[in-house]
Amino acid sequence: MSQDNAALDPAATADSQATISAEIEAAHAGYARDLAAGGAEETQPRVNFPPYRSSLLRHPTKSLHHADPETIELFSPAFGERDVHPLEADLTIQHHGEPIGERIVVAGRVLDGDGRPVAGQLIEVWQANAAGRYVHKRDQHPAPIDPNFTGVGRALTGPNGEYRFTTIKPAPYPWKNHHNAWRPAHIHFSLFGTDFTQRMITQMYFPGDPLFALDPIYQSITDQRARDRLVATYDHSLTSHEWSTGYQWDIVLTGSNRTWMENEEEEH
Amino acid sequence: MSSAPELKLTPTPGQTIGPFYGYALPFPGGERLVERSHPGAVRLHGTVYDGAGVPVPDALLEIWQPDEDGAVASAPGSLLRDGYTFTGWGRQAVDNVGGFCFTTVNPGATEPGKAPFIQLVVFARGLLNRLFTRIYLPEDEAALAADPLLSSLPPERRSSLIARREADGSLRFDVHLQGENETVFLSFPRNGEA
Repeated sequence: MSQDNAALDPAATADSQATISAEIEAAHAGYARDLAAGGAEETQPRVNFPPYRSSLLRHPTKSLHHADPETIELFSPAFGERDVHPLEADLTIQHHGEPIGERIVVAGRVLDGDGRPVAGQLIEVWQANAAGRYVHKRDQHPAPIDPNFTGVGRALTGPNGEYRFTTIKPAPYPWKNHHNAWRPAHIHFSLFGTDFTQRMITQMYFPGDPLFALDPIYQSITDQRARDRLVATYDHSLTSHEWSTGYQWDIVLTGSNRTWMENEEEEH
Repeated sequence: MSSAPELKLTPTPGQTIGPFYGYALPFPGGERLVERSHPGAVRLHGTVYDGAGVPVPDALLEIWQPDEDGAVASAPGSLLRDGYTFTGWGRQAVDNVGGFCFTTVNPGATEPGKAPFIQLVVFARGLLNRLFTRIYLPEDEAALAADPLLSSLPPERRSSLIARREADGSLRFDVHLQGENETVFLSFPRNGEA
Protein backbone atom coordinates (compact mmCIF):
# COMPACT_ATOMS: atom_id res chain seq x y z
CA MET A 1 0.00 0.00 0.00
CA SER A 2 1.81 2.99 -1.32
CA GLN A 3 1.09 5.41 1.54
CA ASP A 4 2.95 3.09 3.91
CA ASN A 5 5.98 2.63 1.70
CA ALA A 6 8.48 4.29 3.99
CA ALA A 7 7.18 2.62 7.13
CA LEU A 8 7.17 -0.84 5.59
CA ASP A 9 10.40 -0.50 3.72
CA PRO A 10 12.80 2.37 4.40
CA ALA A 11 14.57 1.48 1.15
CA ALA A 12 11.43 2.05 -0.94
CA THR A 13 12.00 4.57 -3.71
CA ALA A 14 9.93 6.39 -6.31
CA ASP A 15 12.42 5.75 -9.11
CA SER A 16 10.99 4.66 -12.44
CA GLN A 17 11.56 1.32 -14.11
CA ALA A 18 13.38 3.25 -16.86
CA THR A 19 15.88 4.58 -14.30
CA ILE A 20 16.46 1.14 -12.82
CA SER A 21 16.72 -0.48 -16.27
CA ALA A 22 19.25 2.12 -17.43
CA GLU A 23 21.41 1.41 -14.37
CA ILE A 24 21.19 -2.34 -15.01
CA GLU A 25 22.16 -1.85 -18.66
CA ALA A 26 25.13 0.34 -17.71
CA ALA A 27 26.41 -2.27 -15.24
CA HIS A 28 26.03 -5.05 -17.79
CA ALA A 29 27.71 -3.02 -20.54
CA GLY A 30 30.66 -2.38 -18.22
CA TYR A 31 30.92 -6.10 -17.49
CA ALA A 32 30.79 -6.94 -21.23
CA ARG A 33 33.63 -4.47 -21.88
CA ASP A 34 35.74 -5.93 -19.06
CA LEU A 35 35.09 -9.44 -20.30
CA ALA A 36 36.08 -8.51 -23.86
CA ALA A 37 39.28 -6.98 -22.48
CA GLY A 38 40.17 -10.29 -20.83
CA GLY A 39 38.43 -9.79 -17.49
CA ALA A 40 37.14 -12.67 -15.41
CA GLU A 41 33.78 -14.29 -16.05
CA GLU A 42 31.37 -13.48 -13.22
CA THR A 43 29.43 -16.45 -11.88
CA GLN A 44 27.80 -14.99 -8.77
CA PRO A 45 25.67 -11.89 -8.14
CA ARG A 46 27.47 -8.66 -7.33
CA VAL A 47 26.78 -7.77 -3.71
CA ASN A 48 27.28 -4.13 -4.70
CA PHE A 49 24.46 -3.68 -7.22
CA PRO A 50 22.88 -0.22 -6.80
CA PRO A 51 19.74 -0.90 -8.92
CA TYR A 52 18.72 -3.17 -6.01
CA ARG A 53 18.30 -0.24 -3.65
CA SER A 54 18.27 -2.26 -0.42
CA SER A 55 21.81 -3.42 -1.22
CA LEU A 56 23.30 0.09 -0.97
CA LEU A 57 24.10 0.01 2.74
CA ARG A 58 24.19 -3.76 3.12
CA HIS A 59 27.17 -4.86 1.05
CA PRO A 60 30.78 -4.99 2.23
CA THR A 61 32.98 -2.41 0.50
CA LYS A 62 36.21 -4.31 1.13
CA SER A 63 36.91 -7.39 -0.94
CA LEU A 64 36.37 -10.75 0.69
CA HIS A 65 39.44 -11.95 2.55
CA HIS A 66 40.85 -15.27 1.42
CA ALA A 67 40.90 -17.94 4.13
CA ASP A 68 42.03 -21.53 4.02
CA PRO A 69 39.28 -23.52 5.68
CA GLU A 70 40.00 -24.85 9.15
CA THR A 71 38.66 -28.08 10.64
CA ILE A 72 35.10 -27.02 11.45
CA GLU A 73 34.72 -25.39 8.03
CA LEU A 74 35.45 -28.70 6.30
CA PHE A 75 32.34 -30.29 7.79
CA SER A 76 28.66 -29.52 7.75
CA PRO A 77 25.79 -30.05 10.16
CA ALA A 78 23.97 -33.35 9.72
CA PHE A 79 20.23 -33.69 9.24
CA GLY A 80 18.31 -36.94 9.36
CA GLU A 81 14.92 -38.55 9.12
CA ARG A 82 14.14 -37.37 12.64
CA ASP A 83 14.50 -33.79 11.39
CA VAL A 84 12.53 -33.97 8.15
CA HIS A 85 9.44 -36.02 7.31
CA PRO A 86 9.14 -37.17 3.66
CA LEU A 87 5.67 -35.58 3.37
CA GLU A 88 7.19 -32.13 3.98
CA ALA A 89 8.27 -32.21 0.32
CA ASP A 90 4.63 -31.92 -0.75
CA LEU A 91 3.46 -28.33 -0.25
CA THR A 92 -0.04 -29.15 -1.52
CA ILE A 93 -1.11 -31.45 1.34
CA GLN A 94 -0.44 -29.33 4.40
CA HIS A 95 -4.05 -28.27 4.93
CA HIS A 96 -7.54 -29.75 4.60
CA GLY A 97 -8.22 -28.69 1.02
CA GLU A 98 -6.43 -28.42 -2.29
CA PRO A 99 -4.56 -25.15 -2.81
CA ILE A 100 -5.59 -22.96 -5.72
CA GLY A 101 -3.26 -22.72 -8.69
CA GLU A 102 -1.22 -24.71 -11.14
CA ARG A 103 0.12 -27.88 -9.45
CA ILE A 104 3.76 -28.49 -10.37
CA VAL A 105 6.60 -30.84 -9.54
CA VAL A 106 10.09 -29.35 -9.19
CA ALA A 107 12.81 -31.99 -9.21
CA GLY A 108 16.53 -32.23 -9.77
CA ARG A 109 19.83 -33.01 -8.11
CA VAL A 110 22.22 -31.23 -5.78
CA LEU A 111 25.84 -31.64 -6.87
CA ASP A 112 29.10 -30.18 -5.67
CA GLY A 113 31.58 -28.37 -7.90
CA ASP A 114 33.28 -31.69 -8.69
CA GLY A 115 29.99 -33.12 -9.97
CA ARG A 116 29.58 -35.41 -6.95
CA PRO A 117 26.04 -35.83 -5.61
CA VAL A 118 25.34 -34.20 -2.25
CA ALA A 119 23.44 -36.99 -0.48
CA GLY A 120 21.29 -36.85 2.65
CA GLN A 121 21.46 -33.08 3.05
CA LEU A 122 18.75 -30.58 3.91
CA ILE A 123 16.94 -28.55 1.24
CA GLU A 124 14.40 -25.95 2.33
CA VAL A 125 12.06 -24.04 0.00
CA TRP A 126 9.60 -21.19 0.47
CA GLN A 127 7.48 -19.24 -1.97
CA ALA A 128 4.47 -17.05 -2.69
CA ASN A 129 1.12 -18.62 -3.59
CA ALA A 130 -0.65 -18.64 -6.98
CA ALA A 131 -1.76 -15.03 -6.41
CA GLY A 132 1.73 -13.77 -5.53
CA ARG A 133 1.15 -13.53 -1.78
CA TYR A 134 3.44 -14.81 0.99
CA VAL A 135 2.14 -16.06 4.34
CA HIS A 136 4.25 -13.45 6.11
CA LYS A 137 2.99 -10.57 8.19
CA ARG A 138 5.20 -8.07 6.40
CA ASP A 139 3.76 -8.98 2.98
CA GLN A 140 1.08 -6.35 2.49
CA HIS A 141 0.35 -7.06 -1.19
CA PRO A 142 -3.47 -7.04 -1.43
CA ALA A 143 -3.73 -10.44 -3.11
CA PRO A 144 -5.57 -13.31 -1.43
CA ILE A 145 -3.96 -15.62 1.09
CA ASP A 146 -4.81 -19.24 0.29
CA PRO A 147 -5.92 -21.04 3.47
CA ASN A 148 -4.75 -24.29 1.86
CA PHE A 149 -1.25 -23.13 1.00
CA THR A 150 1.57 -22.07 3.32
CA GLY A 151 4.38 -22.28 0.79
CA VAL A 152 7.09 -23.93 2.92
CA GLY A 153 8.72 -27.29 2.21
CA ARG A 154 11.72 -29.33 3.33
CA ALA A 155 13.44 -32.46 2.11
CA LEU A 156 16.60 -34.51 2.47
CA THR A 157 18.44 -35.22 -0.77
CA GLY A 158 18.55 -38.86 -1.88
CA PRO A 159 21.67 -41.02 -2.40
CA ASN A 160 22.29 -39.44 -5.82
CA GLY A 161 21.61 -35.91 -4.58
CA GLU A 162 18.07 -36.02 -5.94
CA TYR A 163 15.14 -33.99 -4.59
CA ARG A 164 11.50 -33.61 -5.61
CA PHE A 165 8.92 -31.09 -4.39
CA THR A 166 5.23 -30.97 -5.27
CA THR A 167 3.87 -27.44 -5.06
CA ILE A 168 1.84 -24.70 -6.75
CA LYS A 169 3.38 -22.42 -9.33
CA PRO A 170 4.02 -19.08 -7.61
CA ALA A 171 2.94 -15.81 -9.24
CA PRO A 172 4.98 -12.63 -9.69
CA TYR A 173 4.40 -10.01 -7.00
CA PRO A 174 4.99 -6.28 -6.59
CA TRP A 175 7.69 -4.87 -4.32
CA LYS A 176 8.92 -1.42 -3.38
CA ASN A 177 12.38 -1.17 -4.91
CA HIS A 178 11.01 1.36 -7.40
CA HIS A 179 7.67 2.46 -8.84
CA ASN A 180 5.75 -0.44 -10.42
CA ALA A 181 8.44 -2.98 -9.51
CA TRP A 182 7.53 -6.67 -9.93
CA ARG A 183 9.56 -9.74 -9.06
CA PRO A 184 9.63 -12.60 -11.59
CA ALA A 185 7.95 -15.73 -10.18
CA HIS A 186 10.43 -17.68 -8.09
CA ILE A 187 10.93 -20.31 -5.40
CA HIS A 188 13.53 -19.67 -2.67
CA PHE A 189 15.97 -22.56 -2.09
CA SER A 190 18.25 -23.02 0.92
CA LEU A 191 21.04 -25.60 0.62
CA PHE A 192 23.76 -27.32 2.62
CA GLY A 193 26.75 -29.23 1.28
CA THR A 194 29.34 -31.50 2.86
CA ASP A 195 31.42 -28.48 3.98
CA PHE A 196 29.76 -25.50 5.70
CA THR A 197 31.59 -23.21 3.25
CA GLN A 198 29.16 -24.56 0.59
CA ARG A 199 26.12 -23.17 2.43
CA MET A 200 23.94 -21.14 0.05
CA ILE A 201 20.52 -19.56 -0.46
CA THR A 202 19.22 -18.77 -3.92
CA GLN A 203 16.05 -18.43 -6.03
CA MET A 204 14.79 -20.67 -8.83
CA TYR A 205 12.95 -19.00 -11.70
CA PHE A 206 10.62 -20.27 -14.44
CA PRO A 207 11.54 -20.29 -18.13
CA GLY A 208 10.47 -17.34 -20.30
CA ASP A 209 9.43 -14.98 -17.50
CA PRO A 210 8.78 -11.56 -19.10
CA LEU A 211 9.98 -9.82 -15.92
CA PHE A 212 13.58 -11.10 -16.08
CA ALA A 213 14.98 -8.05 -17.86
CA LEU A 214 13.35 -5.66 -15.41
CA ASP A 215 14.38 -7.30 -12.14
CA PRO A 216 17.46 -5.88 -10.36
CA ILE A 217 17.82 -8.95 -8.12
CA TYR A 218 18.02 -11.41 -11.02
CA GLN A 219 20.10 -8.95 -13.07
CA SER A 220 22.60 -8.48 -10.22
CA ILE A 221 24.19 -11.51 -11.90
CA THR A 222 25.83 -9.71 -14.80
CA ASP A 223 26.61 -12.77 -16.94
CA GLN A 224 23.81 -14.31 -19.02
CA ARG A 225 25.16 -17.85 -18.69
CA ALA A 226 25.25 -17.49 -14.92
CA ARG A 227 21.71 -16.05 -14.88
CA ASP A 228 20.49 -19.01 -16.94
CA ARG A 229 21.69 -21.35 -14.17
CA LEU A 230 18.83 -20.10 -11.99
CA VAL A 231 16.12 -20.91 -14.54
CA ALA A 232 14.40 -24.31 -14.37
CA THR A 233 13.60 -26.30 -17.52
CA TYR A 234 10.10 -27.48 -18.37
CA ASP A 235 10.37 -31.29 -18.42
CA HIS A 236 7.53 -33.30 -19.89
CA SER A 237 8.89 -36.49 -18.33
CA LEU A 238 8.17 -34.91 -14.91
CA THR A 239 4.65 -33.99 -16.03
CA SER A 240 1.96 -36.49 -14.97
CA HIS A 241 -1.20 -37.29 -16.85
CA GLU A 242 -4.15 -35.22 -15.55
CA TRP A 243 -2.21 -34.26 -12.42
CA SER A 244 0.68 -31.77 -12.66
CA THR A 245 3.32 -30.23 -14.89
CA GLY A 246 7.00 -30.68 -14.13
CA TYR A 247 10.17 -28.57 -13.96
CA GLN A 248 13.73 -29.79 -13.69
CA TRP A 249 16.46 -27.82 -11.92
CA ASP A 250 19.92 -28.99 -10.79
CA ILE A 251 21.90 -27.04 -8.22
CA VAL A 252 25.70 -26.95 -8.10
CA LEU A 253 27.38 -25.99 -4.82
CA THR A 254 30.97 -24.81 -4.56
CA GLY A 255 33.76 -27.37 -4.35
CA SER A 256 34.39 -29.34 -1.18
CA ASN A 257 37.81 -28.66 0.36
CA ARG A 258 37.81 -31.61 2.74
CA THR A 259 39.01 -34.36 0.42
CA TRP A 260 41.94 -32.62 -1.20
CA MET A 261 43.12 -30.97 2.02
CA GLU A 262 43.04 -34.32 3.87
CA ASN A 263 44.94 -36.00 1.04
CA GLU A 264 47.50 -33.25 1.13
CA GLU A 265 48.01 -33.71 4.87
CA GLU A 266 48.58 -37.43 4.39
CA GLU A 267 51.26 -36.73 1.81
CA HIS A 268 53.27 -34.69 4.31
CA MET B 1 49.60 -25.23 0.85
CA SER B 2 49.37 -26.35 -2.74
CA SER B 3 46.65 -24.92 -4.93
CA ALA B 4 43.17 -26.38 -4.86
CA PRO B 5 42.08 -28.57 -7.80
CA GLU B 6 39.90 -26.87 -10.42
CA LEU B 7 36.16 -27.37 -10.36
CA LYS B 8 34.40 -29.49 -12.98
CA LEU B 9 31.11 -27.59 -12.73
CA THR B 10 30.33 -23.91 -12.28
CA PRO B 11 28.45 -23.26 -9.03
CA THR B 12 24.88 -21.99 -9.16
CA PRO B 13 24.63 -18.28 -8.31
CA GLY B 14 23.27 -17.23 -4.94
CA GLN B 15 20.44 -14.72 -4.48
CA THR B 16 19.21 -12.68 -1.54
CA ILE B 17 17.17 -14.40 1.15
CA GLY B 18 14.61 -11.61 0.64
CA PRO B 19 12.24 -10.28 3.31
CA PHE B 20 9.79 -13.17 3.67
CA TYR B 21 11.80 -16.09 5.13
CA GLY B 22 10.38 -15.55 8.61
CA TYR B 23 7.65 -18.19 8.35
CA ALA B 24 9.95 -20.66 6.56
CA LEU B 25 13.46 -20.87 8.02
CA PRO B 26 13.43 -20.07 11.76
CA PHE B 27 12.28 -22.97 13.93
CA PRO B 28 11.65 -23.43 17.67
CA GLY B 29 14.92 -23.73 19.57
CA GLY B 30 17.02 -22.82 16.53
CA GLU B 31 19.11 -20.40 18.58
CA ARG B 32 19.65 -22.90 21.43
CA LEU B 33 22.58 -25.25 20.73
CA VAL B 34 22.43 -26.27 24.39
CA GLU B 35 19.86 -25.66 27.10
CA ARG B 36 20.40 -22.56 29.23
CA SER B 37 20.78 -24.85 32.24
CA HIS B 38 23.75 -26.65 30.66
CA PRO B 39 26.76 -26.11 32.98
CA GLY B 40 28.89 -24.64 30.18
CA ALA B 41 26.11 -22.60 28.55
CA VAL B 42 27.31 -19.31 27.07
CA ARG B 43 25.25 -16.50 25.60
CA LEU B 44 26.56 -15.34 22.20
CA HIS B 45 24.88 -12.06 21.37
CA GLY B 46 25.22 -8.94 19.29
CA THR B 47 23.66 -6.73 16.65
CA VAL B 48 23.80 -6.62 12.85
CA TYR B 49 24.43 -3.11 11.47
CA ASP B 50 24.29 -1.59 7.99
CA GLY B 51 26.71 0.94 6.51
CA ALA B 52 24.94 3.85 8.21
CA GLY B 53 25.29 2.19 11.60
CA VAL B 54 21.57 1.40 11.65
CA PRO B 55 20.51 -2.03 12.95
CA VAL B 56 19.39 -4.46 10.24
CA PRO B 57 16.05 -5.94 11.33
CA ASP B 58 15.78 -8.60 8.63
CA ALA B 59 18.95 -10.69 8.72
CA LEU B 60 19.19 -14.41 9.41
CA LEU B 61 22.30 -15.82 11.07
CA GLU B 62 23.60 -19.35 11.33
CA ILE B 63 26.49 -20.56 13.48
CA TRP B 64 28.44 -23.82 13.18
CA GLN B 65 31.01 -24.84 15.75
CA PRO B 66 32.80 -27.68 17.52
CA ASP B 67 31.85 -28.69 21.07
CA GLU B 68 33.71 -27.66 24.23
CA ASP B 69 36.39 -30.29 23.57
CA GLY B 70 36.92 -29.26 19.95
CA ALA B 71 35.05 -32.24 18.52
CA VAL B 72 33.05 -31.70 15.32
CA ALA B 73 29.47 -32.88 15.81
CA SER B 74 28.03 -35.34 13.34
CA ALA B 75 24.72 -36.16 15.02
CA PRO B 76 21.51 -35.20 13.22
CA GLY B 77 18.65 -33.58 15.14
CA SER B 78 19.27 -29.85 14.75
CA LEU B 79 15.69 -29.20 13.64
CA LEU B 80 14.33 -31.42 16.42
CA ARG B 81 16.27 -29.99 19.40
CA ASP B 82 15.77 -32.86 21.84
CA GLY B 83 17.69 -30.94 24.51
CA TYR B 84 20.41 -33.60 24.83
CA THR B 85 22.16 -33.85 21.46
CA PHE B 86 24.82 -31.27 20.61
CA THR B 87 24.66 -30.80 16.84
CA GLY B 88 26.93 -27.74 16.59
CA TRP B 89 24.58 -25.72 14.42
CA GLY B 90 22.18 -22.90 15.18
CA ARG B 91 19.94 -20.52 13.28
CA GLN B 92 18.23 -17.31 14.33
CA ALA B 93 16.47 -14.43 12.64
CA VAL B 94 17.52 -11.14 14.24
CA ASP B 95 14.87 -9.20 16.15
CA ASN B 96 13.41 -5.88 15.03
CA VAL B 97 16.41 -3.97 16.38
CA GLY B 98 18.96 -6.23 14.68
CA GLY B 99 19.75 -8.26 17.79
CA PHE B 100 20.59 -11.92 18.04
CA CYS B 101 21.25 -14.22 21.00
CA PHE B 102 22.42 -17.82 20.72
CA THR B 103 22.81 -20.14 23.67
CA THR B 104 25.85 -22.30 23.04
CA VAL B 105 29.16 -23.43 24.57
CA ASN B 106 32.67 -22.07 24.12
CA PRO B 107 34.09 -23.97 21.17
CA GLY B 108 37.22 -25.97 21.93
CA ALA B 109 40.35 -25.98 19.76
CA THR B 110 39.90 -28.55 16.98
CA GLU B 111 43.66 -29.20 17.04
CA PRO B 112 46.16 -28.44 19.82
CA GLY B 113 47.26 -24.81 19.74
CA LYS B 114 44.60 -23.71 17.21
CA ALA B 115 42.56 -20.64 18.05
CA PRO B 116 38.96 -21.71 18.72
CA PHE B 117 36.27 -20.00 16.68
CA ILE B 118 32.63 -20.25 15.64
CA GLN B 119 31.82 -20.07 11.93
CA LEU B 120 29.09 -17.53 11.11
CA VAL B 121 27.08 -17.09 7.92
CA VAL B 122 24.95 -13.98 7.35
CA PHE B 123 21.89 -13.69 5.10
CA ALA B 124 19.74 -10.56 4.80
CA ARG B 125 17.27 -8.73 2.65
CA GLY B 126 19.40 -6.38 0.57
CA LEU B 127 22.36 -8.75 0.72
CA LEU B 128 22.62 -10.46 -2.66
CA ASN B 129 24.80 -13.35 -1.52
CA ARG B 130 25.64 -14.91 1.84
CA LEU B 131 28.66 -13.74 3.81
CA PHE B 132 30.94 -15.97 5.86
CA THR B 133 32.99 -14.88 8.82
CA ARG B 134 34.52 -16.24 12.04
CA ILE B 135 33.87 -15.41 15.69
CA TYR B 136 37.09 -16.05 17.62
CA LEU B 137 37.19 -16.48 21.40
CA PRO B 138 39.30 -13.71 22.98
CA GLU B 139 41.16 -15.73 25.63
CA ASP B 140 44.01 -17.69 24.07
CA GLU B 141 46.22 -14.81 22.95
CA ALA B 142 49.10 -17.03 21.85
CA ALA B 143 46.80 -19.03 19.62
CA LEU B 144 45.23 -15.86 18.22
CA ALA B 145 48.66 -14.45 17.43
CA ALA B 146 49.59 -17.66 15.59
CA ASP B 147 46.32 -17.93 13.67
CA PRO B 148 46.96 -17.84 9.90
CA LEU B 149 43.87 -15.78 9.10
CA LEU B 150 44.17 -13.25 11.93
CA SER B 151 47.87 -12.71 11.39
CA SER B 152 47.22 -11.91 7.72
CA LEU B 153 45.00 -8.96 8.70
CA PRO B 154 45.93 -5.42 9.77
CA PRO B 155 45.30 -4.94 13.53
CA GLU B 156 42.27 -2.68 13.11
CA ARG B 157 40.50 -5.27 10.94
CA ARG B 158 41.65 -8.24 12.99
CA SER B 159 39.65 -7.04 15.99
CA SER B 160 36.40 -7.29 14.00
CA LEU B 161 36.66 -11.09 14.23
CA ILE B 162 37.32 -11.44 17.96
CA ALA B 163 34.37 -11.57 20.33
CA ARG B 164 34.42 -9.60 23.56
CA ARG B 165 33.98 -11.51 26.82
CA GLU B 166 31.54 -9.62 29.00
CA ALA B 167 31.46 -9.60 32.79
CA ASP B 168 28.65 -12.15 32.90
CA GLY B 169 30.69 -14.60 30.80
CA SER B 170 28.73 -13.99 27.61
CA LEU B 171 30.33 -13.37 24.22
CA ARG B 172 29.54 -10.13 22.41
CA PHE B 173 30.00 -10.00 18.64
CA ASP B 174 28.55 -7.32 16.36
CA VAL B 175 28.32 -7.70 12.60
CA HIS B 176 28.95 -4.59 10.48
CA LEU B 177 27.95 -5.27 6.88
CA GLN B 178 29.62 -2.04 5.76
CA GLY B 179 31.37 1.05 7.07
CA GLU B 180 34.26 2.05 9.25
CA ASN B 181 34.08 -1.06 11.42
CA GLU B 182 33.19 -3.38 8.55
CA THR B 183 33.49 -7.03 9.59
CA VAL B 184 36.05 -9.09 7.69
CA PHE B 185 34.11 -11.45 5.45
CA LEU B 186 35.75 -14.51 3.97
CA SER B 187 36.10 -16.34 0.69
CA PHE B 188 37.26 -19.94 0.54
CA PRO B 189 39.07 -21.96 -2.12
CA ARG B 190 37.04 -23.71 -4.79
CA ASN B 191 34.11 -21.27 -4.75
CA GLY B 192 34.16 -21.06 -8.55
CA GLU B 193 35.03 -17.38 -8.62
CA ALA B 194 38.06 -15.96 -10.31
